[in-house]
Amino acid sequence: MERQVALELKNICKYFPGKVMANKNVNLTLYKGEILSLLGENGSGKTTLMNTISGIYAPDEGQIFIDGKEVVIKSPKDAYLYKIGMIHQHFKLVDIFSAAENIILGVKEKGSLKNVNTRVREIAERYGFDIDPKKKIYEMSVSEKQTVEIIKVLYRGADILILDEPTAVLTPQETEKLFAVLRKMKEDGKSIIIITHKLNEVLAISDRVSILRKGEYVGTVDTAKTNQKDLTEMMVGKKVELKIDRPKTEFDRPLLEIRNLCINSDDGNVAIDDASFYIRGGEILGVAGIAGCGQKELCEAIAGLRPIKSGLIMHKGENIIGLPPRTIIEKGVSMSFIPEDRLGMGLAPSFSITDNMMLKTYGEGKGPFVDRKSARERANALIKRLEIVTPSSETPVRKLSGGNVQKVLVGREIEAGPNVIITAYPVRGLDINSSYVIYDILNEQKKKGTGVLFIGEDLDVMLALCDKIMVLCHGKVMGIVHAEKTTKEQLGLMMTGSLDLTEEKKDKNLGFAKDSNLTEEEWKSEEERQEKEATDGRS
Amino acid sequence: MEEVKTVREPLFHMVKRGNITLLKRLGIYAGAIVAGILLTSILCVVASSDKSNPLEMFSSMFSGVFGTERRFWTFLRDTALLLGISLALLPAFKMKFWNLGANGQVLMGCLVTIACMRNLGGKIPDAGIIAIMTVASVLAGAAWAVIPAIFKAFFKTNETLFTLMMNYVAQGLVVYMITVWAPSGSGSLSPEVYGRLPNIGNGYLLTIIVSAILTVFMFFYLSRSKHGYELSVVGESENTARYVGINVKKVVIRTLILSGAMCGLMGLLIGGSINYTVSSEIVNNMGFTGIMASWLAKFNPLVLIGTCGLITFISKGMGQVRQDFGFYNDAIGNVVLGIIYFFIIGCEFFITYKLIFRKKNKTDFTAIENSTQKGKGGNE
Repeated sequence: MERQVALELKNICKYFPGKVMANKNVNLTLYKGEILSLLGENGSGKTTLMNTISGIYAPDEGQIFIDGKEVVIKSPKDAYLYKIGMIHQHFKLVDIFSAAENIILGVKEKGSLKNVNTRVREIAERYGFDIDPKKKIYEMSVSEKQTVEIIKVLYRGADILILDEPTAVLTPQETEKLFAVLRKMKEDGKSIIIITHKLNEVLAISDRVSILRKGEYVGTVDTAKTNQKDLTEMMVGKKVELKIDRPKTEFDRPLLEIRNLCINSDDGNVAIDDASFYIRGGEILGVAGIAGCGQKELCEAIAGLRPIKSGLIMHKGENIIGLPPRTIIEKGVSMSFIPEDRLGMGLAPSFSITDNMMLKTYGEGKGPFVDRKSARERANALIKRLEIVTPSSETPVRKLSGGNVQKVLVGREIEAGPNVIITAYPVRGLDINSSYVIYDILNEQKKKGTGVLFIGEDLDVMLALCDKIMVLCHGKVMGIVHAEKTTKEQLGLMMTGSLDLTEEKKDKNLGFAKDSNLTEEEWKSEEERQEKEATDGRS
Repeated sequence: MEEVKTVREPLFHMVKRGNITLLKRLGIYAGAIVAGILLTSILCVVASSDKSNPLEMFSSMFSGVFGTERRFWTFLRDTALLLGISLALLPAFKMKFWNLGANGQVLMGCLVTIACMRNLGGKIPDAGIIAIMTVASVLAGAAWAVIPAIFKAFFKTNETLFTLMMNYVAQGLVVYMITVWAPSGSGSLSPEVYGRLPNIGNGYLLTIIVSAILTVFMFFYLSRSKHGYELSVVGESENTARYVGINVKKVVIRTLILSGAMCGLMGLLIGGSINYTVSSEIVNNMGFTGIMASWLAKFNPLVLIGTCGLITFISKGMGQVRQDFGFYNDAIGNVVLGIIYFFIIGCEFFITYKLIFRKKNKTDFTAIENSTQKGKGGNE
C-alpha cells in the first residue's frame, strides 16, 4: 500500500553568515502515522532544520511540501495553519499561568476557560496524558511542563509534531510514559519527528531514522533493519568503537570523606539525609538517582556554595566546611555541574573561550591586570586536544553547539589539575562521539590518581564506567555497590527506594573508609567542634 | 538538480548577521543620521516662518558647533563632560547594575564643591580648598552610588528605582541648600570666587584632559584588569561568579564606589571649573543622556567618545537651529532631537539583521549575498 506523505522537504539549505552551512540540500520525507527519528551529532543542523519547518527560520533555498502541496512557512503562526507543532527543548511557558491558560495563549477563539479545561482533559484522556489544567506552571515538574507543551500543540490541531530532544530532561520512567503517548498519537494518524541522541530510544520508538552529518543529509533507514553500530557510523562518518573502558588502577587512600552529611534544599526540605561515603584517588564513584533527589545540593555543598545542616566533609583529612569556594578550588576540588540549560553555572555565555578559560585562575599572578595571553594559549591547546569546533578562541561560548560548550567546561576543570573532580551530568545532551571524549578524559584523570565523583543519568554508562555506584533516593543513600557486581535492575530498585542495602548492614557503617585519613577519635573531636560551631552560630 | 522555485515567497525575510565590518556599521549609522536630519529639516522648514530651504538646517547645525572658536571649544568641553559621566556608568552597566542615578551623583559632587568654596573661601589658601573639595566631591558622589549598591547587595533591592529616587533626594538637597545660602529669595547663587580650579591653557581644557585620562583608564580597567574581569563575570551570571569564588557583594559595592566617585569628579568640574555655582538643573540631565550614549557605544569606552560627540553635536547644533529658525521655545528642538535619536537607535536593527529579498532564480549563494548588500541601502 502506498503510504501518504505528510511532509516533504526538498533541497533545503540554510546559511548563517560567517559560519559553515547549517543545512545543505536536506531531503526529508515524513509519512502519515509514523514516527521519524532525526539523528545527528551536536551541531549537525537538526534543530535548524526543525526551526525551518516550524517557521522560525526561512530557508535560503529549497521547498517544503505538506500533503503534496508546496507551502511557504513564514512564521510559527503559519506553521500552525499547516498543522505543524514544535515542542522546543527549552520550554516556552508563562510560569504564573495555569496549564490551560498557557495552552490557549495566542489562540483567537471565544469561550470560557471551563470549556478549555474540558477540551484539555479530553485530549489528555485520548492519548493517556496525566494533567491538571488548573495547575500553575511554576508548581510543575519538568515532565509535566513538557506535557503542557505537547497538549498546547495538539489543542491547536497539529497533525505533525516535532519534538526537540524531549527525553534529555526526563527520567527513564517518564521517558517510557512519553513513548506510550507518542505511540498512541501515531495510531491516531499523527506524524511525529523526534530528535534524540540516545540510540536505544531511537530504536525503541521510531519507524524510520533520518541522519544528518555536518548539515548534510546522509540518508534514511528503517529502524527494524538497523542497529546502534550502523547508526553511529552513519552519524559520525567513520567506524566507532562503542565500548567504555574501565581501566584498572591502584586505589589510593581516601581523598574526600563525607560523614553523616545533611543538607537542606532551597525551600527548606531535606535534600541530603545523613549521607556517608568516600572517594579514593584513582577511582570513579558513580551517583545514581532519579533527577532532583539531592544531586545538585550535594555538589554545591562540597564546592562550598551551599551551607550544610550537619555532618563532615573532609578533604585529605582537613575539614572544608565553611571555607569560601575559592579556597576549596585552590585545594584541588573541582566541581562542574551541567544544569538543564547547560550554560547556567560554570561558564559565562557571552565570554570568549579564552575568557572562560581563566574564570577560576584570573586572580593568579601579580599586578592588577589579567593574563589573557596565557589563557589564550591554554584555550588554543584545549581546542586542539578536545577537537572543539569553533572559529577561534575568541568566539563567545554561547555561539558554540552544546557539545563543544561542555568540552570547554570539562576541559577547563581538568586542565587546572584537580585531585577531586565532581562532575554532574557531563554528557547531558551530548552526542555519542562527544560523550566518549568526555568518558576518555575522566578515565585519563582516574589513571592519574584523581578521585572522580560522577553524577550521571544513564545507568548503562555508569555500569561500564564507574568502579562503584552510590544510589540516592530522596536524598538518602540506598547503598554503595561495586559496578561489576551489580545489575541495572538492582540499581533501578534502589533508585525507587524499593531496595535499601543500608538497612541490612546498619551497624557496619558502610560509608566509612577503613583506612581513613583520621582516626575515630579525630573524627569524634571534629564532629564535636562542628556541632559547637553550629550551636555558636545559631545563638 | 531540478529547478527550485518556491511559491508565494514573501518579499523579503530577515536574517541575523554574524559579524559586521566596522566600515559597514559606521556607514549604517551615518545613513541613519543623514536620513534623520533630512526628515527633521523638512519639519523645521514647515514649522519655521522665515526659512524655506531645508538644507539651511545643516549649515545652521554646523555653524552652531564649528561657527566660532568659542562654540567649538564649548562643544569639545560639553562632549568631554558627557563622556566623563557616561564613562562612570560603564562599569556599573557592564555588571548589569542599572545605575540611573548619575544625575544625582554628579549633582552631589557639585553641591559639595560649592559648599567647600563658600565655607572655606578666604579662610584657607585656594590650594587647600581645591584639595579638600576634590576629595569631598569624589566621596559625595561615591556615597550617593554606594547606598543603593549596599541595599542591592545585602537586601536585593531594585537598583533602578533606588538610584532614580536618589536623584530626587539630591535635587531636593540642592534646592534646600540654595535657600539656606541665598535667603533673599532670588533662588540662585552668585558665582563663587575662591577655590576655583586652575585654568589650563583656556577655561575648557581641564575638563577635556580629565575626561581623556578617564577614558584611557576605563578602557584598561574594563578590558584588562582583574576588577574589570570580575565585574563582567558578575554581569554575565551571578551563579557563575559565585561558583568560581567571586565575592559578588564586594564586587557590586566596589564597582559602584568607582562609578559614583567618577560622577562626583565630574560634579567637581561642573562646580569648580565651569559654573562656580550650583542649581538643581545644573547637570542638564547628562546622567540620563549618558545612559543612551553608553548603550549606543555597546559599553566600549573608545566608541563612547564617538557617541558622546555625536549626541553633543546634535544638541548643540539644534540650539543654533532654534535661534536661526526663530523657534521661541524648546518644543520643536526636542521633537527634532527625539526623531534623530530614534533613527540612530532604530538603525541598530540593520546592524543586527539583514534583509534577504526574493530572488527570481535562486541558484547561487554568492548571488544572494551580493543582492542583500545592494538591497539594504534603500531600507532606512
